[in-house]
Amino acid sequence: MATDIIIHDKKDNVGVVVIEKITPKQDCKCWIMEDDSSTDIQSMDEIPLGHKIAMTDLKEGDTILKYGHDIGKVVKSIKKGEHVHVHNVKTKKW
Amino acid sequence: MYMFITLKQKSGKLMEIPKSFLGYKRENGRAGTRNHVIILPVDDISNACAEAVANNIKGTIALPHSYGRLQFGADLELHFRTMIGTGSNPNVAAVIVIGIEPKWTKRIVDGIAKTGKPVEGFHIERTGDIGTVMKASKKAQEFVMWASEKQREECPISDLWISVKCGESDTTSGLASNPTVGNLMDKLEPLGVHLCFGETSELTGAEKVCATRGATKEASDKFMKTWSAYNDFILKEATDDLSESQPTAGNIAGGLTTIEEKAFGNFQKIGDCKFIDVLEPAEEPKKGKGLYFMDTSSAAAECVTLQAAAGFNIHLFPTGQGNIVGNPIEPVVKLTANPLTVKSMGEHIDCDVSKILSREMNLSEAGDKLIETTLRVANGRLTCAEALGHKEFVMTKLYRSA
Repeated sequence: MATDIIIHDKKDNVGVVVIEKITPKQDCKCWIMEDDSSTDIQSMDEIPLGHKIAMTDLKEGDTILKYGHDIGKVVKSIKKGEHVHVHNVKTKKW
Repeated sequence: MYMFITLKQKSGKLMEIPKSFLGYKRENGRAGTRNHVIILPVDDISNACAEAVANNIKGTIALPHSYGRLQFGADLELHFRTMIGTGSNPNVAAVIVIGIEPKWTKRIVDGIAKTGKPVEGFHIERTGDIGTVMKASKKAQEFVMWASEKQREECPISDLWISVKCGESDTTSGLASNPTVGNLMDKLEPLGVHLCFGETSELTGAEKVCATRGATKEASDKFMKTWSAYNDFILKEATDDLSESQPTAGNIAGGLTTIEEKAFGNFQKIGDCKFIDVLEPAEEPKKGKGLYFMDTSSAAAECVTLQAAAGFNIHLFPTGQGNIVGNPIEPVVKLTANPLTVKSMGEHIDCDVSKILSREMNLSEAGDKLIETTLRVANGRLTCAEALGHKEFVMTKLYRSA
């Protein structure tokens, strides 16, 4: 089965695009590595290979979870299906 | 032609791993995957002489670098440790050391001589470059012709000392290429190999989780102490939030957003292994087989140079966007899971695991593929970086010279 997005851990609120790119309004197939389960999401943005998509609505101050761990904080609210990157997420370190 | 060890994997599946590889047996009992004769300058001003000797005598390589004068304290100790360690690495058959003056030259020669391999030092003062080049060239010719008769022999797989470091990482590194290295570690660790990971700064964000992977409380505490010292240094020197450096522009282009995300991806390289000790930069492991953490910079060439100086004889380098680094004495095997990197710069990739992303290959199959590639390179197959002439030898300097 073709997979468009891979999610590391069930707890994660972001997934990683693993095809060349996804386009707005694309219905994407997601695979969750941890328990080998599947889910679906509709994208809002164009997102290139390796970049992240929000699996849920996120508001300023929320924590991004990937690998089941804290990888940074939301600095600008993000809607489910939107691109998650340096424009809306920052490190909690340094 | 090889004997195999049958290993039961966690899934219950049996897997056959070659029991041996073809390496060069050295005087001190170690085994090399390569048979280099190196011309090692003690200091920056001896580079010209070393390069002239390597130009005269075919089959030798010079390792020019930028330092070695007026260093002091821990920085000088690191310089000597890196020089002596590089010459002592089992991938090196024999060494010519050239320095400006006799004292530091002799200190390095004496350090390398403890391995029992042929080593000879020359100094330039009172002779000049031309006379030194002539004397050193004669000895280098003798060494290289002697080394050329060395044959590869069957060596147990436990003679492999494997170092790892990732570079130009992106999210495909954390998803697939780094876990592939982790899978290899999980399979080879029980066979008695030495393993080493480093990159102190690039574990930032995952440091507490990493600390739990110490095999003993002592190892965990030593790791936290090392990481904290590095982090304090970064905080002291930083003029901004480091977002220009960590993640790098290449990391960001590849989709990595924060240092924490990069760190958890980085950390996938050690699989389920636990580290038994924490090493100083370029320090030789002394606690036997198993996984070690080394305190290193996260810059690729600096890190690999330190690991080679600690005695590691083959390196695995997962990349996302396509780091191209090599090392003059330790072959650097590159793997990637990024299909665009395979397509656009395939000449740098020794092992393509991009089918993990399309789920046409699982992690265990990727680990097996990497083991096969690693053994072929250990047996003598050139890496992409070797074929392309990558010989990055970069000394780590801790602070300003006197």
